[in-house]
Amino acid sequence: MAIIRDMIPAFDLFQPASVEDALALLAEHGEDAWVLAGGLDTFDWLKDRIKRPKAVVDLSGVEELTGIRDTGAGIEIGAMTPLSRVVGDPRVRADFALLREAAEHVATPQIRNQGTLGGNLSQDTRCWYYRSGWPCYRAGGNTCYASAPKAMNREHCILGRSRCVAVSPSDTAPALIALGARMVVRRAGSESIHEAQDFFIGPATDIQRMTVLRAGDLLTAVRIPEDWAGARHYYEKVRDRGSWDFALVSVAAAFRMDGDTIGDARIAVNGVAPFPVRLDSVERMVVGHAPDEALATEAGELAVAGARPLRHNDYKVPLMRNLVRRAIRSVA
Amino acid sequence: MDEVDITRALERSVSRRTFIKGVIAVGATASSVGYLFRGGTPLLAMPAAQGTAERLLTLTVNGQLRRVDVLPHETLAMTLRYKLGLTGTKLGCDRAECGACTVLLDGVPHYGCSILTHQIRGRAITTIEGLQNPDTGALHPVQQAVLDEGGFQCAFCAPGFCMTMVGMLEENPDPTREEAAHALSGNLCRCGDYHKILNTAMRAAQLVRRV
Repeated sequence: MAIIRDMIPAFDLFQPASVEDALALLAEHGEDAWVLAGGLDTFDWLKDRIKRPKAVVDLSGVEELTGIRDTGAGIEIGAMTPLSRVVGDPRVRADFALLREAAEHVATPQIRNQGTLGGNLSQDTRCWYYRSGWPCYRAGGNTCYASAPKAMNREHCILGRSRCVAVSPSDTAPALIALGARMVVRRAGSESIHEAQDFFIGPATDIQRMTVLRAGDLLTAVRIPEDWAGARHYYEKVRDRGSWDFALVSVAAAFRMDGDTIGDARIAVNGVAPFPVRLDSVERMVVGHAPDEALATEAGELAVAGARPLRHNDYKVPLMRNLVRRAIRSVA
Repeated sequence: MDEVDITRALERSVSRRTFIKGVIAVGATASSVGYLFRGGTPLLAMPAAQGTAERLLTLTVNGQLRRVDVLPHETLAMTLRYKLGLTGTKLGCDRAECGACTVLLDGVPHYGCSILTHQIRGRAITTIEGLQNPDTGALHPVQQAVLDEGGFQCAFCAPGFCMTMVGMLEENPDPTREEAAHALSGNLCRCGDYHKILNTAMRAAQLVRRV
């Protein structure tokens, strides 16, 4: 893809001013519609002519989708809230510092000023075979180029593969899973609420989608309950470049301490599977124990149980194991 | 502008920069035809075709109201460069990676290549051309700092870096070198001149605090 393609092909641009209008437009245009939030994921697809939607529904004018409000039982963040606003919000800073840290690790200042929380959660995978327009399973074809014998798959998955071996690229996703967040999804005439970890789906469920969102659906808000407010937390993102990059592996964890032992824990990892992975078994194992070195080691081993690396990404196994270890050590 | 006009322009001894801009304007008209007809799909071949209708927008650019016809799928960087002649905003990667197209929207740095002009709606756009004080001609502290420190080598990335510095200093006029590096992490310099660019940022912060 060395050709510079700087003019986006034409589309019809719709700029609704309310969620109702946006939902009506999405219902009307169905599969031909494309939801435009911050656009950082969108414009790559359009400029490269890999995706060519007929109707683009731009949400930048829907004011009700932006902002952070207290619900009395936690906070609700509108899906169009820019990441920099999430980072700078005093309530997020005070009670949900795990989310603040994760959001601050997304890309660059310019991208955080424009990229939205909803967009960060709904963005498509970075598998370059898929993004370069190869007709893979995810693109509706019948092969996976990234797991072929000579494929370059250093950034691909070690867990959860099912024909597709791409990984979820979102930095905020594991943090929201660890905080027990819920995603509010609306479509014309109905609303559904999804636990954060159920919002993301793997290729075994549907190989062409990263999330539960179908044509006509709109992620409108993320609700974070009080459950983990002020909890101790750990976030770490390992990437190739220190300045900015997608995660190779990232870990997000929240802990409630009960004296010297872990009273409760939620741990999620990303960059290792086609969806962010909640480590339920590790959580169950560590609760009720003191976070000593032996527990950390055991947690790390359990986290990577069943991992199946590809030809070039076996480094992700010790990386994930060590990140989980460090998360447990952080509360020692 | 045909050859005779160009000669006349030269006779009026316009500055080299103005002359180059005139040539760019002629080139842009010609080459944007290339953009629109490229790739086998004649995007503008049928004027009534999907999404091709330009709409008249009023943009606030560097404190001035500018009326311009904009396509639905046109990015802000394209409008600035090819419609308004503000070529100080550079296009490097056109993929939200290099930062050469950085402009301020309501004082906040954004990538001009990755936002549709139709999404701007009433926000104030500031480009590198808008930094100098229009009344006194005084340079912005960031511009002065570039001169003081010789901050750039080839300087293709300079407008983008300068705009990010302005945005950074608005938020934090007293950054540490590390904070400045973090704030400028969305801009790339292929000459690898980061050390001097950070000197520039620190000098600019000094000048801003003195104002």
